[in-house]
Amino acid sequence: MECLGACDYAPALLVNETLVGAASQESIAASLGQGDIPDFRSRRDPVAQGYETTRILTRHFNEERLAELPVYRSLGGYQGLEKALSLSRIELIEEVKKSNLRGLGGAGFPTGMKWATVPADGKVPGPRYVVANADESEPGCFKDRVLIERSPHQLLEGLLIAAYAIGAKDAFVFIRGEYGIQYRVLRKAVAEAEKAGLVGGNILGKEFSCRVRIMRGAGAYISGLDTALLESMEGKKAWPRQPPPFPTVAGLMGRPTVVNNVETLSMLPAIAFNGGEWFAKIGVPKCGGTAVYSVSGHVERPGVYEFPMGAPLRRILEAAGGVRDGKKLKAVIPGGASTPVLSSHEIDVSMDFEGLRGVGSFLGAGGVIVLDETVNMAEVAHNIERFLAHESCGQCTPCREGSEWTVRILERILAGRGVGGDLPNLQRIGENITGKVICALGDTVGVVTRGFMKKFPKDFERHG
Amino acid sequence: MAKFTLNGKPVEAPEGTLVLEAAKKAGVEIPHYCYHPALGNPGNCRLCVVEVEGAPKPMVSCRLPVKDGLVVKSDSEAARRAQSASLEFHLVNHPLDCPVCDQSGECGLQDYYMKIGRYQSQVREDKLHKGKRMPIGPHVMLDQERCVLCTRCTRFVDQVTGTRELGIFGRGHMERVDLIPGMALDNAYSGNVVDICPVGALTERDFRYKVRVWYLEETDTICPGCARGCNISLHTNTQRTWHNEGRRAARIKPRHNPEVNGYWICDEGRYGYKSLDQDRLGRVIRLKPRQELSWERALDEVAAALKNGFKAKGPEGLAVIASGAFSNEDWAAMKRLFCDVLGVRRFLFSPEPDQVGEEDGLLRRREKVPNLKGGEAFGFGTEIPSKSWESLAREIEAGLVWGLYIVDRDAAKVWKDKAAGLFSRLDLAVFQGSCKGKTGDLTHYRLPATAYAEEDGHFTNFEGKTQFYRKALEPLGQARTDWRIFSELGERLTQSAPLEAAP
Repeated sequence: MECLGACDYAPALLVNETLVGAASQESIAASLGQGDIPDFRSRRDPVAQGYETTRILTRHFNEERLAELPVYRSLGGYQGLEKALSLSRIELIEEVKKSNLRGLGGAGFPTGMKWATVPADGKVPGPRYVVANADESEPGCFKDRVLIERSPHQLLEGLLIAAYAIGAKDAFVFIRGEYGIQYRVLRKAVAEAEKAGLVGGNILGKEFSCRVRIMRGAGAYISGLDTALLESMEGKKAWPRQPPPFPTVAGLMGRPTVVNNVETLSMLPAIAFNGGEWFAKIGVPKCGGTAVYSVSGHVERPGVYEFPMGAPLRRILEAAGGVRDGKKLKAVIPGGASTPVLSSHEIDVSMDFEGLRGVGSFLGAGGVIVLDETVNMAEVAHNIERFLAHESCGQCTPCREGSEWTVRILERILAGRGVGGDLPNLQRIGENITGKVICALGDTVGVVTRGFMKKFPKDFERHG
Repeated sequence: MAKFTLNGKPVEAPEGTLVLEAAKKAGVEIPHYCYHPALGNPGNCRLCVVEVEGAPKPMVSCRLPVKDGLVVKSDSEAARRAQSASLEFHLVNHPLDCPVCDQSGECGLQDYYMKIGRYQSQVREDKLHKGKRMPIGPHVMLDQERCVLCTRCTRFVDQVTGTRELGIFGRGHMERVDLIPGMALDNAYSGNVVDICPVGALTERDFRYKVRVWYLEETDTICPGCARGCNISLHTNTQRTWHNEGRRAARIKPRHNPEVNGYWICDEGRYGYKSLDQDRLGRVIRLKPRQELSWERALDEVAAALKNGFKAKGPEGLAVIASGAFSNEDWAAMKRLFCDVLGVRRFLFSPEPDQVGEEDGLLRRREKVPNLKGGEAFGFGTEIPSKSWESLAREIEAGLVWGLYIVDRDAAKVWKDKAAGLFSRLDLAVFQGSCKGKTGDLTHYRLPATAYAEEDGHFTNFEGKTQFYRKALEPLGQARTDWRIFSELGERLTQSAPLEAAP
């Protein structure tokens, strides 16, 4: 079993395909005994209400039945697509470039620039593809889950806009196997859109045709990495490819392919409708628009919060109600489990790609994990490393061996059997992994523990 | 051509060549496991990391193409440290069963540890355990613990044979190479995975524990198994005869030749070395009446019998069956003896029916003998036509044949129940060959000939490429080369000087 993408309902479990949130001994017993499984969605996601902020993706989240096509259309849905189809592809890519939209799956690569690297039809004729990466699976990140569930047509509309921009006639959504409900929501949305002539041949009566297919992953963290995702789609073990060539040149079945994250694609309808400059103005230089943060851990109101790029972390934490039970804040992991930890006095950082890089961390996929004073950071490091070791695809040696080695040393330290030299050794192993592996997961393995040891050395030493 | 700098020295290589390859050509060995020139460069072992000027982190040289102005250091402090760190990861869970691992002496982990390792182990944890001694096919044994997951073997069965028996299962540190459920590694080229395994994870069931590799002598030669003429290295063990169950030849390894066999050989050829010590003829024998003879006496008797037959019944009644395992030198001597001196017309070079093998698009040829093509150059099979086994049998039955000279072909095996009757009609039957077979018991004389590994010579393969094969072993017993037997017989028949100097 992989990450459930439900930190906001932690502790969570999956019973067949139904997610059970805030699980307790009683609810687990009940769900196993009677088959009457409580639907976790009865709890509403808090979405930063009443805060002075511009919301793009979540602005209609409180509408009942937003997932249904008539409701979505009544709120202006698919007007972005209509506008996009009135532009030429080059004009559309220019708008996206102007918007400073960055890849919100974690890497932060400028979306317009990515599209522009797809070779022109005249240069490389034949099919090209767009893939929506819905394989979110990093502990602390669940915003894509919510975006799909609440507003599947917004994703679909964005996917079609991207397909039009690069000339793809086939678009795919690669969704993780654990997202059962979301898969069904999305499938229903695609069926609705097909019926309404929004997916398929001559979309909106224009000379643009695109099919949309949904593929379910088998549950592996690494499948969320674009090249591993493509391998998985081709029916192979999800081992990352080592660029070059990049997917935009040789992706799915060797064809030019754009892989964009759910959140990134969901931004496109608004960008197409309002223009790139409008979007760019909302954020900070180099990072346009907003970002949807998944906030979880020791906060009063875990959930998704949309803020303009560059909002201080402190504001996001306040929106989520601050540290729960009146405890003191100890640390925040800003972008999902794999991003370097920040200590409590670093929360005035500007939450965007550049801002977090400035303090030695990453925005990642915006999974903000809040840790209060009771937490032992060696345990957190161990927990995350155990996750990464379990999810290491095993293709390249430093990650395959180094991640498990790290876990076993941490295990020994936590069991009180640490020996002299363990901490420098952990440091050294981390250094030897980072920068010497094929993909980002391996780099992360090396970074996580070093980050924790640097900022919270006492938590490690007291076990030694 | 791109001009780049490697370890401070200028190097030239065609644009786009991988740095690893270019370095190798320039005499600089960069350690690596996963890269194999015939199987690609997945870049997953991470051993071939080098320092590149201007690059923020070490680069894997098997994925880095050379270009003008590139400055690469494979032996700098930083590069060595990176390589050593990668090696350390390879060894974290590698079992220390070197004394029993039959890769000893040929283990990339040992070699690289001595070259770029030599660190104090920091591993205080227990080693992980995976499967050991798993037979995965008729020829190959798998030890999952020793595997460094370089994926050469899985890429081989994917890219070369297309049979895909092996896969990588599990993930992370629990990852292992294993058979695809329901399959066995039983393709015709399975032994090659042992050659390409850089450590002791895949070993040959045939060779395991038979003899340590450093006791072996290697001879570069040519496989006689079919008309391809694959380049091989024959590994022999003559110093410690109590090892390897008394066999002189210990194993065959492929030798790279891009024009003939690439990096591979088939299993049939690989395990064909066993015939070198099986069913061999060692002594010169007259069978009717049975007596061991010296070479001189035997040749005198055979020459006299041939002369008598000629005098009484003429050359038309003499037939020759010869094998395609002749060297070009043998063909030449045979032509002189039987065509020029004796004027024989009845020849048979057709393969035995079971010498027609399977052919595939890779290496194996239908023709299971190495040198029919060489015979063609001397006219055998073209100007001098070959009879069929059936028609020769009919001619013997009809009394048209008084003498039969058989070289290396098991006629009795082909003629089966008819054989004894056919041989009984002959005034003279001579068998010359390295293996006795069924025929060796039915003739009047048995003349032991050398096997391919006991002689120097040339084979011409089906594409017309003539290749030199070398003597790796001393001839067994009294065995002599075919060409020497022919020329000494010819000398007796013509009463002149030998046609060739004896070796």
